[in-house]
Amino acid sequence: MLETTWFILWGLLWAVYFILDGFDLGLGSLLPFIAKNEGERRIVYNAAGPFWDGNEVWLITAGGVTFAAFPKAYAVMFSALYAPLLILLFALIFRAVSFEFRNKVDSNAWRSLWDGVHFITNFLPALLLGVAFANLFMGIPIDAQGVYQGTLFTLLNPYGLAGGVFFVVIFAMHGALWLAFKSEGALQTRAIGTALILWPVVLLLLLAFLGLSAFYTQLFANYVANPALFIIPVIVVLGLAGVRAFLTSGKILLAWCSSAVFLLGVTFFGVIGMFPGMIMSSLNPEWSVTAFNAASSPLTLKIMLGVALVMVPIVLVYQFWMYRLFSHTLKAEDIKNDSHAY
Amino acid sequence: MDVVMLSRLQFAVAVFFHFIFVPLTLGLSILLAYMETRYVMTGDEMWKKQTKFWGKLFIINFTLGVVTGITLEFQFGTNWSRYSEYVGDIFGSLLAIEATVAFFLESTFLAVWHFGWNRVGKKTHLFAIWMVAIAGNISALWIIIANGWMQNPVGYVLRNGRAELDNFLTVVQNPYAWGIYAHTVSSAWMLGGFFVLGVSAWHLLRNADNVFFRRSFRMAAPFTLVMVALVALAGHHQGGTVAQLQPAKLAAMEAQWETEKNAPFHMLLIPDVANETNSVQALSVPGLMSWIAYGDVNAEVKGLKDFPKEDRPPVAPTFWSFRIMLALGGLFALLALVSFVVRNASVKPSRLLKALVWCIPLPYVAIMLGWAVAEIGRQPWIVYNLMRTTDAVSPVPESNVLISLVAFIVVYSALGALDILLLCKYARKGPQE
Repeated sequence: MLETTWFILWGLLWAVYFILDGFDLGLGSLLPFIAKNEGERRIVYNAAGPFWDGNEVWLITAGGVTFAAFPKAYAVMFSALYAPLLILLFALIFRAVSFEFRNKVDSNAWRSLWDGVHFITNFLPALLLGVAFANLFMGIPIDAQGVYQGTLFTLLNPYGLAGGVFFVVIFAMHGALWLAFKSEGALQTRAIGTALILWPVVLLLLLAFLGLSAFYTQLFANYVANPALFIIPVIVVLGLAGVRAFLTSGKILLAWCSSAVFLLGVTFFGVIGMFPGMIMSSLNPEWSVTAFNAASSPLTLKIMLGVALVMVPIVLVYQFWMYRLFSHTLKAEDIKNDSHAY
Repeated sequence: MDVVMLSRLQFAVAVFFHFIFVPLTLGLSILLAYMETRYVMTGDEMWKKQTKFWGKLFIINFTLGVVTGITLEFQFGTNWSRYSEYVGDIFGSLLAIEATVAFFLESTFLAVWHFGWNRVGKKTHLFAIWMVAIAGNISALWIIIANGWMQNPVGYVLRNGRAELDNFLTVVQNPYAWGIYAHTVSSAWMLGGFFVLGVSAWHLLRNADNVFFRRSFRMAAPFTLVMVALVALAGHHQGGTVAQLQPAKLAAMEAQWETEKNAPFHMLLIPDVANETNSVQALSVPGLMSWIAYGDVNAEVKGLKDFPKEDRPPVAPTFWSFRIMLALGGLFALLALVSFVVRNASVKPSRLLKALVWCIPLPYVAIMLGWAVAEIGRQPWIVYNLMRTTDAVSPVPESNVLISLVAFIVVYSALGALDILLLCKYARKGPQE
């Protein structure tokens, strides 16, 4: 029971991370395409401004909780995904630096350089997270000791790459919605237009991904065994439908929230499909790392559950307060006059 | 080089680079909170200006600290997976607590503070910087409790082929952890003090009447002096803890080869590791070594030769790191004392000011050396007397680690240089508006 609870919380932490960092990674991947001048570029940066750092803490927490609750899963997952994970980390380092350094030297060449860095370092994490999670959904070649028997290229299989593209496009749409919420005028119109263009692409990719999942993975087995679980794919579809419905009726924030529900659903579709597997071995199912053979001791799981039940709601309250505080529309003129803005 | 050595080097690069940014974050956040408190209490615009100027440097420093920290957390899994699996039950939970209790608080309120100057009231803004300062120092506590467990594993049982938590309170109350926490935090605050003194000195050298930096100087001088004293006290206390819990480390720190009673402390000492002796021993104070370690001049200090060779830490790096750290500590005491004495003088001695500018990097060096003592001195164990470093490493190909190590060195050097250049640029620019 404790293991199952932690497995669900583990999935939830990743989902919250995708929802929150997803939009700022999406914003960065859209930067070269959506912003037409310096004022608009700064709006794109500042739309993520106060948020990206706190959002990344959800990644730290997801990693930390994997370590604390499922040490073996943490050990196998992170050493097996050595190369993609380190590329992800380097990308996140350069992304942070691009926020911080871009406006510290008054030169167009300097700013263009960091704009390029910013695009790559937002696009890459989205892609890598997609590739990594698709491979986890499918299973990777680990032996009985949990030692990875493949290379970086083993992960770049059709299903993994499909997952990568899927994440990039979802995050881009999620980011466009956030930008639409935070901007006005021409930029807002463009952001809404971008989200509307990306929407059918997301829909197509979703269908493709579900189809490929039936072909490449065992994800549907749990659903077939417990049909009540089909509520999750239904949430996925409702979330995506809501994005379009709210967007066309001008309710941008609700469209973003629908997109968040969609992301939650997509994550849980995979996580519940995997249960109790965390890293399935594609070589032999008996070598898989599961919530049960990877879990920490009951004492640790209980203490951590106490910490999570007390701290996470508090975190959510003050993060929500912070989001409200900075929910205002960004104007190029205001940013120009604000010495603290990115 | 084998995977173990490459992984150790990579962790050393990652952790030392991360720790360029951490101590200034810890120390300067406290000073910022103090400055802004003065502003809110007195309404004096000068304190607001102080907060904004030092705050700008704080932010430039902070960003790299955050992202290089993420790398560290993930490296336990990428490079030390056998360790992670063996001790995750305890060690992992401490890291997870650090994130939920401290990192969210720090990042969220830093955003409120950084972007909120015109969006929240004065008191909320002040509250935000206090939250940042407190959260940063809380996160240091949890990571040091985690490190303390590697140094002095307590509150666990060996079960199911791994170390499992037995008593959480025992883990949290680990005396090693609290001792090193006091030493680390006071040294980080001291570093913040010297940073403010050094930057102020640079400006005062150019204009002795610079009102802004005269005030910064006057604020930082007593703070720094108090911190230097606390660093020394906490360090001395920690010496006693190490003597009890990690006698092999203590022997390596002091290049003490033979077990002896009434052991002397040699002011001048050059170890000769190959021959298991010291080639130079001079200016000796009888019994001081015994007193430092056990508070008793007649106490017996265990020598390195009484430990099997495979259980001894590398003597030369441990010894020299400790010695140079001690020497730097003496220099800091002198600088802080003189700075304190002249803090109100209308013209401060230019030799002192120049020394303060040139000494900005030295507290960083001293802190790095201190960690080198703690970590190299713990070898050959990753968890003291429980797990050897050679048994902890991930089963990943050597080439992977070699490539990532080179990438770390290249990327971190470039970013570090860039960050220091930006810090210098904004530090020289002085306050705006």
